[in-house]
Amino acid sequence: MNWSLILQWSFLIALVTAGIRLAVPVVLAVLGEIITERSGVLNLGLEGVMIMGSVAGFLTAYYLENGPMASAGGEWSAWLALLAGMLSGVAMGLIMAVLSVTLRADQVISGVTLVVLGHGLAAYFYRQAFSSLTARVSGMEALPIPLLSRIPVVGEILFNHDPTVYITALMVVAVWFLLFRTTWGLRIRSVGENPAAAETSGVNVGLVRYSATLLGTALAGLGGAVLTVVQLRLFREGITAGRGWIAVALVIFARWRPGLALVGALLFGLADALQYRIQALSQVERGVGAIPYEFLLMLPYIMTILALLYRSGRADAPAALGRPYVKGAD
Amino acid sequence: MTELGSSPVVEPGSGDRASEEELSLAPEQRFQIPPALVNAGAPILGAIIGLLIGALLIVIAGRDPVEAYASMLKGAFGGSRQITETLLKAAPLLLTGLGFTVAFRTRVWNIGGEGQYYMGALLGGMVALFFPEWPPGLLLPAMLLAGVVGGMLWAALAALLKIKRGVSEIISTLMLNYIAVLLVAYLSRGPLQEPGGYLPESAQFVEAARLPGLFGTRVHLGVLIALFFVPLVYVLLWVTPLGFWLRAVGSKDSVAEYAGFNVEKAIFFAMAFSGALAGLTGLIEVSTVHTRLKATITGGYGFSGILVALLGRLHPVGVVLASVFFAALFIGAESMHVLSGLPETLAEAIQAVVVLSVLATDALAHRGQAE
Repeated sequence: MNWSLILQWSFLIALVTAGIRLAVPVVLAVLGEIITERSGVLNLGLEGVMIMGSVAGFLTAYYLENGPMASAGGEWSAWLALLAGMLSGVAMGLIMAVLSVTLRADQVISGVTLVVLGHGLAAYFYRQAFSSLTARVSGMEALPIPLLSRIPVVGEILFNHDPTVYITALMVVAVWFLLFRTTWGLRIRSVGENPAAAETSGVNVGLVRYSATLLGTALAGLGGAVLTVVQLRLFREGITAGRGWIAVALVIFARWRPGLALVGALLFGLADALQYRIQALSQVERGVGAIPYEFLLMLPYIMTILALLYRSGRADAPAALGRPYVKGAD
Repeated sequence: MTELGSSPVVEPGSGDRASEEELSLAPEQRFQIPPALVNAGAPILGAIIGLLIGALLIVIAGRDPVEAYASMLKGAFGGSRQITETLLKAAPLLLTGLGFTVAFRTRVWNIGGEGQYYMGALLGGMVALFFPEWPPGLLLPAMLLAGVVGGMLWAALAALLKIKRGVSEIISTLMLNYIAVLLVAYLSRGPLQEPGGYLPESAQFVEAARLPGLFGTRVHLGVLIALFFVPLVYVLLWVTPLGFWLRAVGSKDSVAEYAGFNVEKAIFFAMAFSGALAGLTGLIEVSTVHTRLKATITGGYGFSGILVALLGRLHPVGVVLASVFFAALFIGAESMHVLSGLPETLAEAIQAVVVLSVLATDALAHRGQAE
């Protein structure tokens, strides 16, 4: 009796802890997309941005650990790899921004094409760098927060993670603060709601949309890098497994709010963690009633559709979302 | 492509239409540059830019781009065997591309070709597995029909979610992609696994369940089926009233609604049609290439078909040309990989750059007219 209780507790704690960790790349991407969409740009290319971030981050980490710089880079390799992920995200964002802001091309098509570009380039760079597929990087050490991590249960779940988890938590607050408590955030939102009015009051619509798009893709690229550099510590083609698309869906679910985005991404992370764990369990007891792991892998995707069933409608969407701004046309 | 030029709205019926109309330009203003010139010129320019950027990637890899491209060209068109391979690759691209042409003309963003492909392959493949004793004259039509139905139903699900609950079809079709692939993965290692087999795949289809080759070559019936849909899609879109209705819904919902068109039915039809063609593609591919069900039956046509439709300017003839170009890139990149060791995924990157360049060229042409 006692034992089973302890087992259940430890199972739950491990589940929630893993769920939080798995949510991190998605949270970062959703936060980024919220900033971008708040400015009126619909970047559907997030999946391509994330996979570029994941390959750029992984390759950087690998070369810093194994290349001629190995002794010098050492400790900082993971951090530099995350930076590389952000920069590759910005590069992808630049393509999106030029197409959708400067050239006013269709944003749906641009976004979808950006995903294909990301997949093609990521696989190209990775295969060119490695002939074998067994490369690993060392990732990041856990950083238990002094004192707080000793709190029973709560400490284990919240304060015993690698640094990217804490940074992501701070990011949620930072993005909320940026959007709702700074002048820049006000400009982003006004450009997303009514670009003509914003322009009249002296806001440079193009500049704001560029910055929001680039900041958004920087965060998505960071999310991709966290996935390969810190969490999985390897790269495979298609490793982001639709996280970029899920992030786009979660923005709608979250009604363009950072706080709700965190909730949505945590739900996704929990489903993902549950799926991993039950997969492991059902391999142990391969008997009748074991759930095929494919059905568990479906969970996040089914949940996303269900979430949209209850969060559809565009009442909360920025009014000018997806619409190119033509000066003087209104 | 002009209809797509300023299409911001993901979900119709959102009430944004009036202001959208204000933004778009009057037709006579829009067509100052001969549209035919932009239409034909942009893809050619895009192809050139795409190949140049591909050359840059090859140089970065430390190889000679002229040599690499020569090996690609030879690999795609160097002999009858190569041309056969290119044709076999072009057929599924053409078929999915034609489906997306109808969907995008109606401005329905079906990004779920991959899932519809899997469901078509699954349903058609199940017919092949369950009724191996049927004569080919019955089995093959039944399989083709099941393929169509599988893809159509999977797409219809997304269409219903959109029509009934306003769920963006972009997201739902994508999520349904992952679900379909996982479903096929489970079934082919579970209930449909080859009896006594160890691999996660079904038994091999009987000979009667494979689409026959034409005139003793490897070019099979699937290629003919794909070509058959070229005039069919043209007639559908530009000759029948149904096509006029679809294009009206695709160009401006508000006008279509005022004119008494049923927007919801158009969305449903466009989605189901593109799903049916993706499902048919899936069935053709499992029947000829894979000859059994397994998790890895993808050819990526659900996504590359979208690019083919866009590069083909959402016109059946353009889609034929674009599918051959893409097929040549794929097949050529494979032989380039064998000869020089360059990753064959270069083809995908080039294809995306080509389409991005076309988008940019189009937008530039529009912009020039707007100012």
